[in-house]
Amino acid sequence: MDDSILLAHGSGGKLSHELVEKKFLPFLANPALNKLDDSAVFEASGRLAFTTDGYVVNPIFFPGGDIGKLAVCGTVNDLAMNGAKPLYLSLSAIIEEGFLLSELEQIMQSIKKAAEEAEVSIIAGDTKVVNRGQADKLFITTSGVGIISPGVDISGANARAGDKVLLSGTIGDHGIAIMSQREGLRFSMTLESDCAPLNKLVSQMLEVSSSIHCLRDPTRGGLATTLNELARQSKVGIVVEETKIPVKEEVKAVCELLGLDPIYVANEGKLVAIVDPADADKILARMRKNRYGRDAAIIGEVTKEHPGKVVMKTKLGPSRIVDMLSGELLPRIC
Amino acid sequence: MKFIDEYQDNKLAQGLARKIAKRSTKTIRLMEFCGGHTHAILRYGIRQLVPKTIELRSGPGCPVCVTATADLDKAIALAKLPGVAITTFGDMIRVPGSYSSLQKAKAEGADVRIVYSTIDAVEIAKANPGKSVIFIGIGFETTAPTIAASILKAQQEKIENFYVLSLNKLTPPVMKALLDSGEIKLDGIIGPGHVSVIIGSHPYEFIPRDYGVACVISGFEPLDILLCIDKLVEQIEKGEPKVEIAYPRGVKPEGNRKAWQLMEDVFEIDEANWRGIGIVPQSGLKIRRKYERFDADKAFSVSLKPPREPKGCRCGDVIRGAATPLECKLFRKVCTPERPVGPCMVSSEGACAAYYQYGTTENLQDF
Repeated sequence: MDDSILLAHGSGGKLSHELVEKKFLPFLANPALNKLDDSAVFEASGRLAFTTDGYVVNPIFFPGGDIGKLAVCGTVNDLAMNGAKPLYLSLSAIIEEGFLLSELEQIMQSIKKAAEEAEVSIIAGDTKVVNRGQADKLFITTSGVGIISPGVDISGANARAGDKVLLSGTIGDHGIAIMSQREGLRFSMTLESDCAPLNKLVSQMLEVSSSIHCLRDPTRGGLATTLNELARQSKVGIVVEETKIPVKEEVKAVCELLGLDPIYVANEGKLVAIVDPADADKILARMRKNRYGRDAAIIGEVTKEHPGKVVMKTKLGPSRIVDMLSGELLPRIC
Repeated sequence: MKFIDEYQDNKLAQGLARKIAKRSTKTIRLMEFCGGHTHAILRYGIRQLVPKTIELRSGPGCPVCVTATADLDKAIALAKLPGVAITTFGDMIRVPGSYSSLQKAKAEGADVRIVYSTIDAVEIAKANPGKSVIFIGIGFETTAPTIAASILKAQQEKIENFYVLSLNKLTPPVMKALLDSGEIKLDGIIGPGHVSVIIGSHPYEFIPRDYGVACVISGFEPLDILLCIDKLVEQIEKGEPKVEIAYPRGVKPEGNRKAWQLMEDVFEIDEANWRGIGIVPQSGLKIRRKYERFDADKAFSVSLKPPREPKGCRCGDVIRGAATPLECKLFRKVCTPERPVGPCMVSSEGACAAYYQYGTTENLQDF
């Protein structure tokens, strides 16, 4: 086989078949996919959750992951945030002409690993090749289906006054790890993206409590944006304490240097849970036993005051409003 | 020492706040020159920690904000020239000019790139010999040495396609212009931290001497700012205004000679056009003749329509400290970070963006 993707790999002809057989199937193989029918057929009953997401991260390889791992974890997490057990994913790749096959293989390898860890099967897929310059190396879209157990009712609209707000670990790791690799901002550090599938963590939380009201993963826009979304959706106020929010030293340092606030920096392996206060400690203890919830903390609570607004008690004591992220995160000049 | 947590310590902050409250008897107005200070003050709730009799007013220290509309229009016009790539610090691309913005020009096909350092702009020129790469040189004494260094690097490496549109500005002359205008009465100035790392504390001596106004240079951590306010209050209460450094880990009285020399080698002092203030003599930096082949002003000519200021926008007043963002009718209603009318809402160092982002629980109803 050639060492980079040619337009002919997307022609639908021989090369296309060869690409699918050699570079996709060996990593994704499962009975539903192996049939190579026009659509995958599977059995399911009960309440289903369905989601889709596009991944265009730049750079495609970053410390702690790559676009493939991200594409699996992101969709798995979106399903898990509604309390669903993720079952099946579809994966569609748009590849820029000239993309290295060795890199594609590396990404497929990490897709395989992430899917295995999350215990999901990729049962449908598609590949397109576009002219050089019409895409940036590789874009991936994944969709996912999951099943929700009876009795589980998790939604961003379910927060109630008095509920506790839990965070599964340190914030800003993904955003800062990506930023450290961007052109013009390269700095060497050991920080890795937190990119991880959170479905097992969620199922363990659901095992110990039936009073989890909201779950959401604070991806783009960071913790601040997620808390605002939940406050608005549930028409409640949220109060958090800055000192309770776990932040790694490296992330703190880079944020100080660039004039960023970690509460706006992206995460890919963290979740916010809003839960009944009676169950908060029990859920926290269970979270901490999972590697992805090791640094979990109760960071605040839900109030009936200031509905739709998030207020943070700052490190120095006074309170201020925390708004959603607007625009892009940019370092200061002066 | 981790150099972050130590400067954000709750107990020390409370202690300093108590000290300030005990010391302060007069009703006073302080101006924080830097947008970075405004952001830290609002982000950590410092205004709630100090007595209500101490007013903190934001000043002109936001490089993006003070860039005149006419200069921004020029940058946009340059971006539209064939074969030109514009490199600039990020905030700049979103600021509305009279008729467009760099962001709009980019969407329409212009080559506009965000860089984090001036040296990156030189690298882009090196990698794209077929393009004329223009760096939009904004900022105060903080960025000017790095821009000077980029010109020297381009000369050393014989990079023929690198240019700088020098819109750099100097802080002491604009402070003088503000004090001369007498538009707002100030008792003290929270002096710029990063600028002073370069220029030291001596250039501010005229402030207490000629105007009787206290001036204390501050760092950007909450404890730095509280310490600075404490020193200002002490000076004002005693009636002994002077220049002090409350940021000794960053600022030496003599500044950074090497950086200063770099600037002097490449730039000469010229007048500059400030948004909201107008032409201020001796407040800008022009590229010296010996480096004029890097001067975008000399290498390119663009025709410009007369600049237009957005209707109702009070950025000019906010920059001078003559109004707070809350006094602007457009604030939060028409002008938001998503659809900014003026630069103070765009820049991460702009006063309006800070007021928008960090409301306090006292004015929660406004949000």
